[in-house]
Amino acid sequence: MDISTTTDVPPSASPPSLTERKRAARGATRPGDRIFLGLSRGSGILLLVIMAAIAVFLTYRASLAISRDHGNFLTTFEWNTNLTPPSFGIAVLAFGTIVSSVIAMVIAVPVAVAIALFLTHYAPRRLSGPIAYVIDLLAAVPSIVYGLWGALILVPHLRGLYGWLDTYFGWTGILSWEEGAPRTMLAVGILLAIMILPIITNVSREVFRQVPRMHEEAALALGATRWEVVRMSVLPFGRSGVISASMLGLGRALGETMAVATVLSPDYDIHASLLNPGGGTFAQNIASKFGEASEQGRDALIASGLVLFVITLLVNGAARAIIARRKEYSGANA
Amino acid sequence: MSTAAVTDKRGGSLSGARLPKWSPWAIAAGSVAVAVGIGLGAGLGSEVQWGLIAAILFVLGTYGVAARVEGRRQAKDRVATSLVWVAFLLAVVPLVSLVWTTVSRGVKVLDVHFLTHSMGIVADTETGGGIYHAIIGSLEQVGLATLIGAPIGVLTAVYLVEYGRGRLAQAVTFFVDVMTGIPSIVAGLFILSLMLILELDPFGFAGSLALAILMMPVVVRSTEEMLKLVPNELREASLALGVPKWRTILKVVLPTAIGGITTGVMLAIARIAGETAPVLLLVFGNPFINTDPFEGAQASLPLYIYQQYAAGGDAAYDRAWAASLTLIAFVMILNLVARGIARWKTPR
Repeated sequence: MDISTTTDVPPSASPPSLTERKRAARGATRPGDRIFLGLSRGSGILLLVIMAAIAVFLTYRASLAISRDHGNFLTTFEWNTNLTPPSFGIAVLAFGTIVSSVIAMVIAVPVAVAIALFLTHYAPRRLSGPIAYVIDLLAAVPSIVYGLWGALILVPHLRGLYGWLDTYFGWTGILSWEEGAPRTMLAVGILLAIMILPIITNVSREVFRQVPRMHEEAALALGATRWEVVRMSVLPFGRSGVISASMLGLGRALGETMAVATVLSPDYDIHASLLNPGGGTFAQNIASKFGEASEQGRDALIASGLVLFVITLLVNGAARAIIARRKEYSGANA
Repeated sequence: MSTAAVTDKRGGSLSGARLPKWSPWAIAAGSVAVAVGIGLGAGLGSEVQWGLIAAILFVLGTYGVAARVEGRRQAKDRVATSLVWVAFLLAVVPLVSLVWTTVSRGVKVLDVHFLTHSMGIVADTETGGGIYHAIIGSLEQVGLATLIGAPIGVLTAVYLVEYGRGRLAQAVTFFVDVMTGIPSIVAGLFILSLMLILELDPFGFAGSLALAILMMPVVVRSTEEMLKLVPNELREASLALGVPKWRTILKVVLPTAIGGITTGVMLAIARIAGETAPVLLLVFGNPFINTDPFEGAQASLPLYIYQQYAAGGDAAYDRAWAASLTLIAFVMILNLVARGIARWKTPR
């Protein structure tokens, strides 16, 4: 808003140097302006202070916990914080968090991109508006409701899928099943995929909508089929947008707490098979272990939360960086 | 242009053979019939498997027929179209199931008694009880969080749009983006670490603080977008009349964007109203009615759902579904109203 600097003062006949001096003087002395600027700048600074405080306090409590830890914080499998001396580590949690998020991404990203394409390029126009609206609303469904649905409806339905996977793909080792309750990493991954689907779809749809019409019409004029238009003009244009959308979804999947806590039955060991119990996630572990944790245990949970915080910061930072880079070039495409 | 259209109609040498318009439906009907046949023949019990077989047959059949009649490129196009449709239908199933289950199971025990009674004298295994205490807790925590988060968010956005230049504004923009991605449980842990240092017991306002942290970046983002839409001419006109900048912002800029700002705040409220994790850590839950957010543990709707689920048993599950329905209804109404306001008060 450049106008603020040039129009603060009513036009006068005085030479520019004088107006400038006057403006500086007036701008500084008006008490209302100073108070308001102070308030709004203060709020901005407060946000920065909060972020810094989160990092500082989490690190402080985490350092207390790690200094008492008798296991290795990075490689220990168990989570026994109430023992004296306590022994806990994030190996299983890191494994579970990454595996469940990767499963979620593998399922959700292609489907979400397809739905976004469906809404922008395939659906009858009369349908696409209301569907987009409904998907918007689904993004607002609280995660605990997804969790309740996942635990009571999805999990019983997964038995069939687990059996089928075990029969035909059990030989891979990754998909063998010992007939336990299907509350394992795969179930969590599927539920997370359903949860992040609306977000990825929404952002991708926005990007696909911005594809310059000229690009598509040029492709059509060359005789391309609809799929070729999508492949040659829509997807290349939207690639970075889809990547950043996926990373936003990944950020949500990594930090999702309640849906995982309700569906997963955690196991502090790592198994190759996604269908057998094994692994937990950072957020789920915090929610499930919090009730029984002493102060020492809470510090340990805070330490694991700090790791989660850093991971999500990196993922989100990367997503934003990609979006920002795209913005710089988008002018050339218009 | 017209000659091309004429050529197309005649089906001359310029355009290849095309499948008739009804062909996808015919192939779909055929593949469903074959799938049912295979399903019955092989004794597959689950309708899901029938559906999958039908979908695979449909995609393969489309490719085969189209490749024969129209050529490979058209066939690929048709396969892509059917895959996109399949992906869409695939995604619709769980989402419809979610909404349908919540509504159909939720209405079972949802009545006036449920909304006006607490769980104080009802064990989790018994029927009866309600969510009155949870509604009060939720309203107070979310209300307080809004009182803190919304003004700070709006003021920050005003700073970024109206004043912001230089390093500080850049840093704020970046960290607002980063803050949007903070998992709710981390915000909860932050307040928890403060409470551990101050040796406080769980209370409602602690939850509000965590929720406010989650709310601020959402409000900043949406308000920023809205303020950017306010035409510069309005600011210039006001400033040219000699109105101080702060009055210009308060009397001209904010009123013009108020619809969008309200929408953003309401969407943010809808987001934090469903947050469970920080409330679980900081407010702890309480079966009795506690109207004081500054003293003692409180309940909250999302937390109530989690605790009823954790309690297990049909009575508790019924209550969990009913509470879910209440929560979803609340969030959806907020969303719809917010969008209504956005449409009604768009800056013009």
